[in-house]
Amino acid sequence: MDVRSQVSMVFHLDKCIGCHTCSIACKNVWTDRKGAEYMWWNNVETKPGTGYPTAWEDQSQYSGGWEVKDGKPHLRASGRYRGLTNIFHNPKLPVIDDYYEPWTYRYEDLFTAPAGDDQPTARAVSMITGEPIEITSGPNWDDDLSGSPLYAANDPNLTALTPAQREQIFEIERLVFFYLPRICNHCSNPACVASCPSGALYKRGEDGVVVLNQARCRSWRHCVSACPYKKTYFNWAAGKSEKCILCFPRLETGQAPACFHSCVGRIRYLGVLLYDADQIEATASLPDDQLVDAQRKMILDPFDPEVIRAAKENGIHDTVIESAQASPVYKFVKRWGIALPLHIEFRTLPMLFYVPPLLPIIGNGKGDAYDATSPNLFGTLDSARLPIEYLARLFSAGNVGKVRYALRKLMSVRYVRRQGEVGDVPAAMVDALLAEADCTREEAEAIYRLTSLPLFDERFVIPPSHREEAIAALTDPLEFKGATGVGFRQKPERVS
Amino acid sequence: MNLYNALFFGAFPYVAVVLLLVISIQRYRSNQYTISSLSSQFLESQRLFWGSVPFHLGVLTLFWGHLTGFLIPREVQLFASTPLRLLVLELTGFVAGLMFLLGLVLLIRRRLFSKRLRVVTSPLDYVVHSLLVWQAVSGLYIALYLRWGSAWYVQVAVPYLRSIFLAAPDVQLMASVPLMVQLHVLGAFSLFTIFSFTRLMHVLVAPIPYLWRRAQLVI
Repeated sequence: MDVRSQVSMVFHLDKCIGCHTCSIACKNVWTDRKGAEYMWWNNVETKPGTGYPTAWEDQSQYSGGWEVKDGKPHLRASGRYRGLTNIFHNPKLPVIDDYYEPWTYRYEDLFTAPAGDDQPTARAVSMITGEPIEITSGPNWDDDLSGSPLYAANDPNLTALTPAQREQIFEIERLVFFYLPRICNHCSNPACVASCPSGALYKRGEDGVVVLNQARCRSWRHCVSACPYKKTYFNWAAGKSEKCILCFPRLETGQAPACFHSCVGRIRYLGVLLYDADQIEATASLPDDQLVDAQRKMILDPFDPEVIRAAKENGIHDTVIESAQASPVYKFVKRWGIALPLHIEFRTLPMLFYVPPLLPIIGNGKGDAYDATSPNLFGTLDSARLPIEYLARLFSAGNVGKVRYALRKLMSVRYVRRQGEVGDVPAAMVDALLAEADCTREEAEAIYRLTSLPLFDERFVIPPSHREEAIAALTDPLEFKGATGVGFRQKPERVS
Repeated sequence: MNLYNALFFGAFPYVAVVLLLVISIQRYRSNQYTISSLSSQFLESQRLFWGSVPFHLGVLTLFWGHLTGFLIPREVQLFASTPLRLLVLELTGFVAGLMFLLGLVLLIRRRLFSKRLRVVTSPLDYVVHSLLVWQAVSGLYIALYLRWGSAWYVQVAVPYLRSIFLAAPDVQLMASVPLMVQLHVLGAFSLFTIFSFTRLMHVLVAPIPYLWRRAQLVI
């Protein structure tokens, strides 16, 4: 057992209102720079939809992540030999037009235009060339555009649905969609790290945050094509890759990452997971339908004395183990089994989990918008407006059982609450539902509390970073005094 | 004339090599951030393929060819002692030279005609491009009109290059070769001179260790 600690995340999709506050918080802190204008380390997508960059989930186009060959995971796009033979031109690299050309407006024209009969306008100009451009796409271009034949209909996940189901979710006036906020998954089998020819990317031992050493990045770009989530970005001006760093300077000082802290719907949870690194390769080699279970098996019980002993042996501090025991992520993922990884079939073993959305709850009724005649108030899960197969394609590599399990539990929580608050549901029915959902009243109450009433410190259980034990303390303590940004003492500028 | 020879073929090589070594090491130690070739594929991918791939394959073949002749001249001379082998050697070099030039022309055209790419092109890039074009053109000229290059290279140029390494530059060897060869050699030393100030530095950080390093890095 090789225990590692990972600062891990849960996004509760039922609570996401699609306000993009997270994206803006991140943009203001990290990517408001030349060459990074197009980057959204945090972005929010409308599903069904094509997302950002366009159709990123379609690996037949982007070739991200791992595939199993001869029983072992291999990088789909690069790897040791292909990585080097493709070094002069990376055939799978997305180009800026797959994202969008960043632009601003010539606001000064509003002030400097000579007096005339017409109102002056601020023309859109490209932030790359400075020339006027026609804006044809943007980072959330298909925001709320479910049902659009241009965007939603091209969602790669729709291949999991039957033509009838597809027609159903695009029915006029009964369109269905939900929001999917995405950041770097800080995977335990990161494809970006494995694909970097110069070894600039690495996973931090103490908290599992995947970061990139810009001084070692040599512009080979393989991380961009290797990441199946397209969450490593290429700064075209600096010639360096950049990615979400989970706001580690904030984490180290006990603050939640900017996107977490600013989340209006309070959908985000953050906490430590202990996992067994010895199981990574075997887990990543399993067939699709076993991946979710295997990854959960990889995540260890922080109360198990054997795990605690092995963790201490690996130098994990007592306070970090305590933090893992209080972790909301552990509850959602392992204890309750209601949080699922996004596209685990890419086999990077993402450490960001999603509670699948129960909303919209409207049943697929008899022509009315809301079918109240259904014996159980919310309609049955299998006739939900959003086909369960679609969610399974996103969150459990097509394993419908995993999504159904999570949704049933979430549903039973609602019934427990409804019985308590409204009192129009018989207790026997609720008990039957709970039994069917593999849930108890205590568990339902706990899920309810952590979903609806959690305090800041219950949502974000941030482990102390123990800087006193860091290697940096052994070197010159004044080394970074007066430094700016992420550790440079020079301006990140190129001579040529 | 002797003064010029001494200057260009006696002193200039040392300036070039010293700058190459000192500045490269200094830049690697103090400012690694700037060492890369600033890939522009993210802004334009298709035309890069048709330029970059032949360019690099050509230039690598030529580099190793020149280096082999320099390191093991006797063996090369022996190898090229039958007409067929000599022809194979010359043809390989010529085709590599063509790929080098063709790729380079495509790459330069690509940069000149794209507004996006001009944004990420520095003045030094134009200097590098011009010098490389000169090396390709002069190299091809030599291969075509001053035959057989692979035979006399080991007899004239290699002894000269060796004499530089032995700190006793034999300027006379260079003084007696045709002007085109002289200019080709000067072009090479000019490239060495600007090497460590430009994107050419990426050659020194070719990611060979990737072949044996662990796939996952946890630090």
